[in-house]
Amino acid sequence: MIVLDRVGMTYRADAGPVEALRDITLEIGRGELLALVGPSGCGKSTLLRIIAGLRPATAGRVTVDGSVVTRPIPAVGMVFQAPLLLRWRTILDNVLLAAELAGLDRGAHRARAEALLRLVGLDGFGARQPRELSGGMQQRAALCRALLLDPPLLLMDEPFGALDAMTRDELNLELLRVWGEGSAARKTIVFVTHSIPEAVLLADRVVVMTPRPGRVARLFDVPLPRPRTVATRAAPAFGALTVAIHEALTETR
Amino acid sequence: MCALMSRRALVRLLPSAALFGALLVAWQLAGPAFGIREYLLPAPTSVVRAMLNVSIPWPTHIWITTLEIVGGFAVAAGAGVALGIAIAWSPVAARALVPFLVFVNTLPKVAVAPLFLLWLGYGVVPNILIAALIGFFPVVINTAVGLTQVDEELLDLGRVFGAPTWKVFVKIRLPNALPYVLSALKITATAAVVGAVVGEFVASQAGLGMVIVNAQTNLNTPVAFAALVWISIVGLTLYGVVVLAARRWAPWAEAGS
Ligand SMILES: Nc1ncnc2c1ncn2[C@@H]1O[C@H](COP(=O)(O)OP(=O)(O)OP(=O)(O)O)[C@@H](O)[C@H]1O
Ligand SMILES: [Mg+2]
Repeated sequence: MIVLDRVGMTYRADAGPVEALRDITLEIGRGELLALVGPSGCGKSTLLRIIAGLRPATAGRVTVDGSVVTRPIPAVGMVFQAPLLLRWRTILDNVLLAAELAGLDRGAHRARAEALLRLVGLDGFGARQPRELSGGMQQRAALCRALLLDPPLLLMDEPFGALDAMTRDELNLELLRVWGEGSAARKTIVFVTHSIPEAVLLADRVVVMTPRPGRVARLFDVPLPRPRTVATRAAPAFGALTVAIHEALTETR
Repeated sequence: MCALMSRRALVRLLPSAALFGALLVAWQLAGPAFGIREYLLPAPTSVVRAMLNVSIPWPTHIWITTLEIVGGFAVAAGAGVALGIAIAWSPVAARALVPFLVFVNTLPKVAVAPLFLLWLGYGVVPNILIAALIGFFPVVINTAVGLTQVDEELLDLGRVFGAPTWKVFVKIRLPNALPYVLSALKITATAAVVGAVVGEFVASQAGLGMVIVNAQTNLNTPVAFAALVWISIVGLTLYGVVVLAARRWAPWAEAGS
């Protein structure tokens, strides 16, 4: 379980301090899929970094399973907003980087890396250089890298932002499978998105944040039945929730 | 495909080759036309004749000078990378080393050369060191810059996957620095040529620089020119090797620019 206790973040920049987050209090349960939506610049990426232990919060504290986060937490898979592929490595080697950095054997993960690339539709691109792939393809490769070690916690920053609607739908459902929808051994996922339908389709709960400094404006439960499918979008509750979240977002302005 | 490429390369080389050829012809004709003496400006044919003159032990001279150039280049590359790593790794090392290195770099190397001879005696060693001294600085700077100018997010990527600092260094910082280092080595390759020849000018028993000095004393200008051409052949070859190495080991850097 992840507990955010009055977390605040003020960047010290040359042009003066920037308060990105204020007073974020939130509990993310084990096995929960939590979606974060909010206007651009409200601190969503910042919040993911703080949870990951990459940046210390300037106020409040974060605990993961009871221990306070002070440095990068182990066993987390992170999809950054940018693909961040190493340009001197092939796509397959970029995926395998996760194993190398964690000090694990490359060879033992090769088959899984290739399977993941197939899963996201990058079959046959393993030997390519990152620059030979489109932005959306690079994002998918970055997703494979985050999934390689099958981490129990996934922090995902607009992982499908650069994808067409069809591919996005496919990968959303694929993500639910990877998450372990319907099984007891689910991962915990914090998922940042600008797409309200995507948030509703995937999440157990949706957090709506205010503009900077980002605070929790509203918290929506998503009571839609699982497993969710393309048909979930047709459910009346889906539409109602989408509209409600949209209104909540508009109100925060 | 391959034939097409080479034809395109030929077309690209054509203007400079034509200019070069035209200059050579003009040069060849200018001597007799204006009555220029050979000891002032030898004709290209005389230079070629001197280059192939077997009574001059060219292979030995070329070997010595090549040894100095390549040795100086290797020392500059090795020491430069090592110092660059030290500077990037430790702020204390950076504060200690940088002012000192800047000072060393501002010394006129030509003026230091006689001291090296005094300390190390005749031979290739002092000349290797002079060549290294002239060429090492860009390597230090570029190595340090390449190691530190890494996208902050890439470093986060390393940390989020639980990599210790040394592993982030090896897997992310070092490859990031490689194009910087290789572009510094192109400068070093030419600087090492200057260093080796300067060393030989000051004092030496063999080498192409010494040939130039001796030839000038005897007003044997064709031989001086011949040595000059040999030097530039050695220098160009080293430069070419560095460029090829860059293309081979850091192709992503070329594709970007
Ligand atoms: N390293 C930094 N230094 C200074 N200010 C920063 C830094 N990173 C982010 N900020 C500021 O913090 C605020 C939140 O940034 P953040 O990237 O977390 O927003 P976001 O919600 O992810 O936005 P988007 O939806 O556009 O990705 C912004 O106003 C930004 O200018
Ligand atoms: Mg963001």
